[in-house]
Amino acid sequence: MADLELTTDDFDRQRRIRWIVSRIVIYGLLITWAAICIFPIFWTVTTSFKIAPDVMKGNLIPYLDFMPKDRGWESLGLSPDTIFRTSTVREEFMKRFMNSVVISMSASFLAVVLGALAAYGLSRFSYRFGFMRNSDISFFFLSQLILPPVVLALPVLVLYKEMALLDSRIGMIAIYTLMVLPIVIWIMRDQFMAIPVELEEAALVDGLSVWGAFLRIIVPLALPGMVAAFILSLVLTWNEYFFAALLTSTDAKTLPVMIASQTGSQGINWWSMAALSTAGIAPLVLVGIFLERHIIKGMTAGAVK
Amino acid sequence: MSVIEGDRLHTVSGEELSKARIAAGRVVLWGSALVLLIMVLVQALHSARQIPFGFENWRPVLYAYFFWAFALCVSRVLIYGEQGKKALFVLPAVLFVVSMVVFPLVFGLYISFTDWNLSSLTGRKFNGLDNVRQMWTDPFYWNALRNMVVYVFAILAEYAVAFGLAMLLNAQIVARKFWRVIFLLPLMLSPVAISWMIGKSMMEVRFGPLARLARWLGWENPSFFGSPEIAKLTIMLMDAWNFIPFMMIMILAGLQALPKEVLEAAKVDGASAWQSFWRVTFPLMLPVSVTAIMIRIIFKLKLADIIINVTAGGPGGATDSVTSFIFREYRDRSNVGYGTLLAMFYLVLIVIFMTALLKISDRIVRRATGTG
Repeated sequence: MADLELTTDDFDRQRRIRWIVSRIVIYGLLITWAAICIFPIFWTVTTSFKIAPDVMKGNLIPYLDFMPKDRGWESLGLSPDTIFRTSTVREEFMKRFMNSVVISMSASFLAVVLGALAAYGLSRFSYRFGFMRNSDISFFFLSQLILPPVVLALPVLVLYKEMALLDSRIGMIAIYTLMVLPIVIWIMRDQFMAIPVELEEAALVDGLSVWGAFLRIIVPLALPGMVAAFILSLVLTWNEYFFAALLTSTDAKTLPVMIASQTGSQGINWWSMAALSTAGIAPLVLVGIFLERHIIKGMTAGAVK
Repeated sequence: MSVIEGDRLHTVSGEELSKARIAAGRVVLWGSALVLLIMVLVQALHSARQIPFGFENWRPVLYAYFFWAFALCVSRVLIYGEQGKKALFVLPAVLFVVSMVVFPLVFGLYISFTDWNLSSLTGRKFNGLDNVRQMWTDPFYWNALRNMVVYVFAILAEYAVAFGLAMLLNAQIVARKFWRVIFLLPLMLSPVAISWMIGKSMMEVRFGPLARLARWLGWENPSFFGSPEIAKLTIMLMDAWNFIPFMMIMILAGLQALPKEVLEAAKVDGASAWQSFWRVTFPLMLPVSVTAIMIRIIFKLKLADIIINVTAGGPGGATDSVTSFIFREYRDRSNVGYGTLLAMFYLVLIVIFMTALLKISDRIVRRATGTG
């Protein structure tokens, strides 16, 4: 009897120790990877408040290692004492920033509209377009995903030049819409498939047309999916560099192109570069923090059944 | 495009379309097509300097295309009535994609067989298979293709890390959402920003924190882009840092959807954690894993931004991806004809590769899940 008690006690203690060890390992790994994820962002943000000696000494922690100065932000015209003064750098930056905002927002919106309509049609009706049936049309849309941008880039460049669309916001919106359209269709098809057809059938009996049923019944139900698709598109289009580098030169230049062109030039101060990078990534970092739910929803649509 | 029987959403319409309405639809359709055709012809002749009148550029033809596309949609409704309205759901997207993809692709196929340098004044001229021959003997292009193979294989390592992280997030931890947000952050950053943040500043030889760390660890003269192997590895690591969250999120969603009973049953049967992972979790996760890896491969094949901005392909083309190589071919030499041919050839390779991969992965999933 005593023996048995001892062993259960032993067993209990062993389990306890194993549990504690596993906790330490799990949280240790979590903290390590979190540091890997955060450090580059932390580094960039803090570097934008450094001056030359801080960079050279490798000071890391603000207030402890070094006193933050806003030299980097001053050079962008965004520091407290320069924000109300005119600054050509800030104007340049704001122009690029607005280009990025307008282009990525409109492209994502357009892609969600076109993609949602197509996905709905494909999930409800049977089409025939020459030899193409529904599955072929779906495949036609989704196969755009594997099309590398470089294949389209040069022909589109030449065509845009002929149509005077080079270096225009419209041209960029069109190409970005095309880029995210397959992803939107992928997400929305999944959404519409999950909505029972009986809902529309009831609406049709009540006298709504097909389009009326779609707009009044289905769109409100599928709105969360549309938001997810929109935000995911926003992330992709905001960060896009390749097309922007080829198809824009002065007017429609987006933020990534501006950052890239600054990186290339020698002798640019680390603090101004860090300030520029921080400003460039800040919107999406905020999106990532506050709209994380939607991004995950968009990414996992259709992947997990 | 017409609608045939077998809709998931049935509609009953007893409408009778008048002959005049159908005729009007035909007129709209063919009339607009005629306008488009005339515009294309006029502009083509004008730019070939055959006729004196015409437009300054091809923009009006674009408007004519829009007009035709709109007329096509209208004519569907006029000719087919209720059935035509259903076609309107898919038609805009189809017309958009066709005009933005199919047309440039066909055009690209043509210019890939021409000698066309945008900076030279001679314009383009057909040169048959010269570009193909040049490609065949271009060591840098083949080198870039070989690099792509290496880059794609790196996905296996990324997948292992992503799976580990997903398991961590799926374990019993406090503040799961907090960790998930932090782990997701690298995905939000643009590759261009990462190029500067990590490639150009953190890895800077004198002052970068990573270089300092490497020196502290005993690497005498840390140069992350000095030798070809290390440069390639560095590029892979930066790209992995950027995209691991993507695979992690997909795998995490898969893990959370796993049936709890099966895992419990394995535990009851006395399986160790190691056994239950390899015998239960991993096989059940295969379909999700395959999807995640496939999408990741698709993104990897487009890899360029980091390379263009950090190494520009160097040292000696060791880090070049196909996309970054063609990008420089255009940027440095404005060689549109040759660059397009390289891209077209790359597309053919990708299509073959992806088709084979789909077939193979399909077989693996079927065998593992026992449905084949």
